[in-house]
Amino acid sequence: MNFPDDLKYTRDHEWASVQGAKVTVGITDFAQDQLGDVVYVELPDVGDVVKKGETFGVVESTKAVSDLFAPVTGKVIEVNGPLVDAPETVNEDPYEEGWMIVVEASDPKELAELLDAAAYRKFVEEEQE
Amino acid sequence: MANPTGWKPSMEKGAGSGADPQDTGLMGATRGLAVEEPLVFEQGSPGRCAISLPAVPEGSDPAAEIPAALLRGEIAGMPEMAELEVVRHFTRLSQWNWGIDTGFYPLGSCTMKYNPKSSEALARLPGFAGAHPLLPGSMSQGALELIWKLERALSEIAGFPASVMSPAAGAQGELCGLMMIRAYHVARGNPRHKVLIPDTAHGTNPASAAFNGYSTVTLESGPDGRLHPETVARAMDEDVAAIMITNPNTLGIFESHIAEIAAIVHAKGGLVYGDGANFNAILGVARPGDMGFDVMQYNLHKTFATPHGGGGPGSGPVGVVDALLPFMPLPVVVKEGETYRLVTDPAERPRTIGKIREFWGNMGMFVRAWALIRELGPEGLRRVGELAVLNANYVRAELSGHYNLPYQTDTLHEVVFDDKLQKEAGVSTMDIAKRLIDHGSHPPTVYFPLVVHGAIMIEPTETESKETLDQFVAAMRAIAAEAKADPEALKAAPRKTVRARLDETRAARKPVLRWTPGMKVE
Repeated sequence: MNFPDDLKYTRDHEWASVQGAKVTVGITDFAQDQLGDVVYVELPDVGDVVKKGETFGVVESTKAVSDLFAPVTGKVIEVNGPLVDAPETVNEDPYEEGWMIVVEASDPKELAELLDAAAYRKFVEEEQE
Repeated sequence: MANPTGWKPSMEKGAGSGADPQDTGLMGATRGLAVEEPLVFEQGSPGRCAISLPAVPEGSDPAAEIPAALLRGEIAGMPEMAELEVVRHFTRLSQWNWGIDTGFYPLGSCTMKYNPKSSEALARLPGFAGAHPLLPGSMSQGALELIWKLERALSEIAGFPASVMSPAAGAQGELCGLMMIRAYHVARGNPRHKVLIPDTAHGTNPASAAFNGYSTVTLESGPDGRLHPETVARAMDEDVAAIMITNPNTLGIFESHIAEIAAIVHAKGGLVYGDGANFNAILGVARPGDMGFDVMQYNLHKTFATPHGGGGPGSGPVGVVDALLPFMPLPVVVKEGETYRLVTDPAERPRTIGKIREFWGNMGMFVRAWALIRELGPEGLRRVGELAVLNANYVRAELSGHYNLPYQTDTLHEVVFDDKLQKEAGVSTMDIAKRLIDHGSHPPTVYFPLVVHGAIMIEPTETESKETLDQFVAAMRAIAAEAKADPEALKAAPRKTVRARLDETRAARKPVLRWTPGMKVE
């Protein structure tokens, strides 16, 4: 299971790539593996405001429908539109082409609460037991 | 004249099943004789017709009498078929189908119990089947009496002072319940904003809350699969309108802290909504009204054996406590002396949430449910709950060790296993479900509840015999053994259906919902 060191993670299995105040968000390799084949992705619109810990979208697989939880609070400045027509990208490339939204974080302090790769890996291992 | 055909028993010697005994599933499934059937659009011949229309008189043009704007042009690819072709088409498709009258259907959480034919016969009595909803009350006394009596019976069975009868199904019952909860809070000056829902809940619960403008807060259940009072206390505040609890929950586990949880919610002014989808498990044994529930929908198609879809609409009456009586939707049936009256005028019930369904509710379902309640009586209803629990626990005991039980807590009417023991060989819940079809059973519910990864949720219901359960257990054990010995064969299942395993992923990602002329049909 791949958890890149340069990303931050949530306990809801989202990843966040932080470049200054810009935070790119997607779901982790573990999340896509647990979900199975992703068949539908529902994302917010550019300009929507998302709140840390609250849902910003929905991902649906052949097994289940799951909410997507925002790792930070802020305004959505970019959305990965092509995912809607190619949801399989989330399974194939969760950290690159499978990104979901870019958020302009309004409170950088929230970023400190996210997990690093080692802590997230430990969390996943505990959850699987 | 005796025996004119000359038949004698010895003539049947050797006339066994046409199926290969090596290839017969443990629940009797064979390949049988199923006929391939093209799409209806691929059949027929131009000009062929299944109906005879009167000849158009000389010089007359019916199309000229209809405004041009309302005339439709030709429809490309419209099938032109004879009556026999149409009948065979749909009969053949129906033979590919599976129903409770065909075989075992242990779909957890759905309660696929047998619907007695006596209830069907009574619902078809002309006085009920032909009753028109616009007939005046004076000409509908029998129907009104039945609705009133069923309302009284349901309320008594579940422990509520009254029940709303009109909701069209369980999900609409939930919606109606939440509407009454909202109206109750609005009448007290503040609708509140949140609804608490445990992580084992049916998906309809958050949907009903959201439809009523509430945001939902998910409560984590404990390691024993139960909701714990301290979890509720932490989330409970005066902005919570209600908590929605299914008891027993979707793991089949009885929420033994329910009274304490209800007290915590009531202390902060919230209400307790009961999802009655699993009411069949405690029928005649315990009453939700006595546990602290304020509202609960009854799914007549589950607990009271009315058909699930196909054979008829659902019906989802809702029991309520006294505090919610003023908000009940109309119409309601009242008894005045020896006559029954339909209350339809909001002036009589000024705080009603209004009308949520046309007319009176699904009358045919009321007849079936009332027939069942009268046939079983109080003792019989209790036996329904007891046998549903016994059957599920028999399956649980017989399959333990062969499949992993994620929760060790005692369960009632259903049992949830997972695919942990099969995963090592690369066999998933989906493979197990598909292989069961080859043995001659409908698969259980899979991948629900969401708190169990790879869930296999089995609900046998009270209407199945021990022989059927033993066959099912043998089939499930054979699949567990096959997962170790020959996992690849499992991945190829089902083999005996008309269609092999369908590509559900591609069907969901690239759905083709409409036939068009010239399209390639795979």
